[in-house]
Amino acid sequence: MPGKLKVKIVAGRHLPVMDRASDLTDAFVEVKFGNTTFKTDVYLKSLNPQWNSEWFKFEVDDEDLQDEPLQITVLDHDTYSANDAIGKVYIDIDPLLYSEAATVISGWFPIYDTIHGIRGEINVVVKVDLFNDLNRFRQSSCGIKFFCTTSIPKCYRAVIIHGFVEELVVNEDPEYQWIDRIRTPRASNEARQRLISLMSGELQRKIGLKVLEMRGNAVVGYLQCFDLEGESGLVVRAIGTACTLDKLSSPAAFLPACNSPSKEMKEIPFNEDPNPNTHSSGPSTPLKNQTYSFSPSKSYSRQSSSSDTDLSLTPKTGMGSGSAGKEGGPFKALLRQQTQSALEQREFPFFTLTAFPPGFLVHVGGVVSARSVKLLDRIHNPDEPETRDAWWAEIRQEIKSHAKALGCHAVVGYSESTSICEEVCILSASGTAAVLNPRFLQDGTVEGCLEQRLEENLPAGCGFCHIPYDELNMPFPAHLTYCYNCRKQKVPDVLFTTIDLPMDAAVIGKGCLIQARLCRLKKKAQAEANATAISNLLPFMEYEVHTQLMNKLKLKGMNALFGLRIQISVGENMLMGLASATGVYLAALPTPGGIQIAGKTPNDGSYEQHISHMQKKINDTIAKNKELYEINPPEICEEIIGSPIPEPRQRSRLLRSQSESSDEVTELDLSHGKKDAFVLEIDDTDAMEDVHSLLTDVPPPSGFYSCNTEIMPGINNWTSEIQMFTSVRVIRLSSLNLTNQALNKNFNDLCENLLKSLYFKLRSMIPCCLCHVNFTVSLPEDELIQVTVTAVAITFDKNQALQTTKTHAEKSLQRASTDNEELLQFPLELCSDSLPSHPFPPAKEHLESASSNSGIPAAQRATSVDYSSFADRCSSWIELIKLKAQTIRRGSIKTTVTVEKASPVGEGNFRNRSSPPCANSTVGVVKMTPLSFIPGAKITKYLGIINMFFIRETTSLREEGGVSGFLHAFIAEVFAMVRAHVAALGGNAVVSYIMKQCVFMENPNKNQAQCLINVSGDAVVFVRESELEVVSTQQPAATCQPSCTGGEVTT
Amino acid sequence: MASELDIFVGNTTLIDEDVYRLWLDGYSVSDAVALRVRSGILEQTGATAAVLQSDTMDHYRTFQMLERLLHAPPKLLHQLIFQIPPSRQALLIERYYAFDEAFVREVLGKKLSKGTKKDLDDISTKTGITLKSCRRQFDNFKRVFKVVEEMRGSLVDNIQQHFLLSDRLARDYAAIVFFANNRFETGKKKLQYLSFGDFAFCAELMIQNWTLGAVDPQADDMDMDLDKEFLQDLKELKVLVADKDLLDLHKSLVCTALRGKLGVFSEMEANFKNLSRGLVNVAAKLTHNKDVRDLFVDLVEKFVEPCRSDHWPLNDVRLFLNQYSASVHSLDGFRHQALWDRYMGTLRGCLLRLCHD
Repeated sequence: MPGKLKVKIVAGRHLPVMDRASDLTDAFVEVKFGNTTFKTDVYLKSLNPQWNSEWFKFEVDDEDLQDEPLQITVLDHDTYSANDAIGKVYIDIDPLLYSEAATVISGWFPIYDTIHGIRGEINVVVKVDLFNDLNRFRQSSCGIKFFCTTSIPKCYRAVIIHGFVEELVVNEDPEYQWIDRIRTPRASNEARQRLISLMSGELQRKIGLKVLEMRGNAVVGYLQCFDLEGESGLVVRAIGTACTLDKLSSPAAFLPACNSPSKEMKEIPFNEDPNPNTHSSGPSTPLKNQTYSFSPSKSYSRQSSSSDTDLSLTPKTGMGSGSAGKEGGPFKALLRQQTQSALEQREFPFFTLTAFPPGFLVHVGGVVSARSVKLLDRIHNPDEPETRDAWWAEIRQEIKSHAKALGCHAVVGYSESTSICEEVCILSASGTAAVLNPRFLQDGTVEGCLEQRLEENLPAGCGFCHIPYDELNMPFPAHLTYCYNCRKQKVPDVLFTTIDLPMDAAVIGKGCLIQARLCRLKKKAQAEANATAISNLLPFMEYEVHTQLMNKLKLKGMNALFGLRIQISVGENMLMGLASATGVYLAALPTPGGIQIAGKTPNDGSYEQHISHMQKKINDTIAKNKELYEINPPEICEEIIGSPIPEPRQRSRLLRSQSESSDEVTELDLSHGKKDAFVLEIDDTDAMEDVHSLLTDVPPPSGFYSCNTEIMPGINNWTSEIQMFTSVRVIRLSSLNLTNQALNKNFNDLCENLLKSLYFKLRSMIPCCLCHVNFTVSLPEDELIQVTVTAVAITFDKNQALQTTKTHAEKSLQRASTDNEELLQFPLELCSDSLPSHPFPPAKEHLESASSNSGIPAAQRATSVDYSSFADRCSSWIELIKLKAQTIRRGSIKTTVTVEKASPVGEGNFRNRSSPPCANSTVGVVKMTPLSFIPGAKITKYLGIINMFFIRETTSLREEGGVSGFLHAFIAEVFAMVRAHVAALGGNAVVSYIMKQCVFMENPNKNQAQCLINVSGDAVVFVRESELEVVSTQQPAATCQPSCTGGEVTT
Repeated sequence: MASELDIFVGNTTLIDEDVYRLWLDGYSVSDAVALRVRSGILEQTGATAAVLQSDTMDHYRTFQMLERLLHAPPKLLHQLIFQIPPSRQALLIERYYAFDEAFVREVLGKKLSKGTKKDLDDISTKTGITLKSCRRQFDNFKRVFKVVEEMRGSLVDNIQQHFLLSDRLARDYAAIVFFANNRFETGKKKLQYLSFGDFAFCAELMIQNWTLGAVDPQADDMDMDLDKEFLQDLKELKVLVADKDLLDLHKSLVCTALRGKLGVFSEMEANFKNLSRGLVNVAAKLTHNKDVRDLFVDLVEKFVEPCRSDHWPLNDVRLFLNQYSASVHSLDGFRHQALWDRYMGTLRGCLLRLCHD
């Protein structure tokens, strides 16, 4: 029932000439919603028609309002023949359906045609009158807010974070319907665009219903993807995190968490009242005891198989951990129980968030991931997408059990993806196992947080690094030491995560982008044989990717990875793996040891020499990197370290560890040697190649930094200039004698050259940082590799950096110490860092990987390759991997961070003093960024989600400048359409922008190409901080800003 | 491992001024890359040639896409596809419409027709400006000409409004359009010493004083065409040289006033009648299109060259022309004072500008 949609067509401009005779156009417009269509009058002979139509009114169900897009078609009237379509505009009216977002959509929209691209613009006004519907059984979910942002949006605070929501809908792909043979490409493209738009609407509505059921009012970290399964159909799926959000309305309220770039916000909450809101569950006990280690790749196969029993295991783990010791053992247990009960009700305790309110994340266990290889079959009944649901359920189940194995009850930074080639599909999911603070997860009274905070003397920057699993019952062989920060809890030596660096994490120096790249040839095969082949390759790929990551991390002298994203793409005759992450040095984790090369044949003199030469090169590189990234952890004298640090142990051969019991682990740990060295055994050419490739990564030119997280650790004085960009490259491999090595080299060069090009292009922005660098790789055809990168370059002020950093660090130190003094024995140390490290001995990694890519079908059922866990098979994997001869010895290094040298507190210190008043205040500038914030500015309003899907096709590829010209123009058009929609909503920026899909297909022989692009983000209104101050002092009552504004100004 | 496809698209369109210049100058991608390499950019940035190649290609592609919009600059401002800060938009437009002195001198006063366009190869060879660049410049002239041709109102204002050029560049285009419309001969050898600036200066004076717009701000084509009535009337000036008494009187008035003030007095005195005849005959002949076209040739032949051969300093020329114009007011028998002022006021300015080496 209840909604009236009103549309007015005002005018058009820059229309194309449709009548060659007159060089003019007789344009009119059809406005369609659901099954109702209205038409404007024909405006004769003009390229800039002024229709000024009446209000077209559609009376529709709110269910339809959510599902259907408004479809506006501009046509050229032709008296004698059929009217020619000029192009279309699809408008998603969802943002008008909830109160706090936009109230009207009004502006110029590019008129888009799938064959010709943008052809002029049309000015449209859209409004919705919603009536209240009290029907409890309604199918609509109007009013639920959606955010792509993977943290709590800036002008809201999280009251409760309910948890995971997911949904998928399937349909036949119009491109593969029989009718497609007789209709024009345009008609087919439009059918597809419209279908996907409808499906996304439906999906969003269904997710909204689930949120309502959970009593939430918003979905954060909403990620929607399309799987173009070809013949077997079209799947649209989405995941997100249901939350109850409160709009911050009083100036006194501060955002609890988000890593907002604006410094004031961060400091204040820290200071006065760290978590003003949300403590819901009663007694929150000290969380500190728990330690977590992250295991980089998820899982450990053994446990995964026995997922059911894990439940019971977990609590035991928590309690048993030796480290829990003195403080609050019982509390901790209590906490656990609470959390557990909060989470247990959920089928999947997953969170798509990557940044959290302070105090939310207690410990981090490590990366968990799972992959599964499936054979696609036609979806027979679109209303019952059971198979696809079942597939994902399986994977999620596995992830869940992996998390349990790590002693964690939740998974954060969770995401899912697919890679499809012909009828084979790899489903992947990954996240970071974590222990969360229950108070955000439940309804309950909000208590004085101060009290609570005091209770939990969770050391500021290191708590999350502490291992969550039982030291005596470690899920994988890890090397533990006492935290270098608080000295009380155990930490791993290396930490891998998929989340952003927590705001309060103590980091030394700067971070950098680390990538592992890998190609593997695969025989062409059909169906099941193909799936099996892929499944067999996956564990090796995962293992190698992890090894590469680990090596590169060591080479950088760092000890933790954030934002880890591993993508495995499948093609006809190869598999590609691309892992990206941001390496940092966490102060809480031990200093990484170097890399040591060991030759296989020590007797050969020249060989030895060669080895020692390489060794030297590696050592030099490490030293250089340490300098480059300003990694200079203070040396710590033994006494300080004192007893808590156990004897460094060495693990001789980690390879077996996985399946070993916990006691063995301890035994293994008995070795000596301070330096923890990573030994690379060079026993064949492969290994040699690996070492070489390690050294070929060139650091960015000076003045440039790059990371794939939101914020670069160690840089905190962003200025306001940002440049978001997308770059796409496709290379053709020469088909002659392709080998894995040649492939690897090609792929590596491709990525490196791409980065180099970016640095060169953006050189005028120096000093600057490429943030949120997002690489995606795909194999569109035989011998073609496509890499797409989206990132944002942000300038920063070099000169201010030092000063600001210092003051901030000092401030935060003081604060931290006052806050914690009573509770902490070593107050000073606390503040400085929390660096989790995570030991991942490669050995374990491969084990993990083996289990993680459970793609290996133990049994093939019917069409789909089963994805069960392979505990039993693991051992054989291990054997295989052993052959690879990677040995790791670990020892611990005793380093402590002293207070004086405390590194700047991560993102907390954004200073934007210098942000100049925005130079171009021209109307219509719309910023786009993959980040959740805009440097130097404050987001005052979220206008709704932008989720757009476009198809572009051409049959005159050469005339349009070849593939590059075609795609360049198309991407520029996509940006333009996104900006136009945002501007029409009244916004001036898109945050959390992401290009989720860019599928490009060409057929140069036929002079044809086609591309599909799917983008999304959050439309927002931002105000420059400089302007904000003026506004608030001069007219405090002004508009909508006071709520957020107030807070800032107080500082 | 050749890149099949290689693109970079920024939310704000990146414009590299150096590459833009190379593109405008008509260099091919490979030439542009070579030139950039020579500029030392690789050393400065540590980039490789491949990077440079990809970057250059990318910019060229962007410029090609922008070119369509640059043909109608207001479109560039309103289009949604490329987000470009206003200052950059202005730069793009200004540079696109900028032209080479050497090129414009070749084309100035020629009909902007296909015929001329065919000669661009020769111009390119002669000036060393690439053919591509010549074409762009020629097309710009022609495009501006076509748009403002039939418009009312000030020529400069029209150009500025439709092409969003700076005042300076709009004035230059006004001169180009004006010259093209009136087909003034500028290519003769004896005119070679004159710069585009000289002609543009004259054009501006002529537009201000000699066109229809000078008398009737509502007239069509007001700034493009010379005022035919005025040209017709100029015949009346002939009396100044045809009537011997008037000529002698004029001469004596001028000589009296200038005696002792002119370094080249005697030469002036000796040449007065020739000079005066020259200037007045130029005026009288302007009814014929052919003679209008030869205006500058005539002025140089009849006035500039005699002065130059006698080595008149510029200041003397100025004093002479001032006195020569002013003295006519004292000629009682001469009734066309206003006409004379309209003619000589402009011509005096032009001649002063034309008198240099």
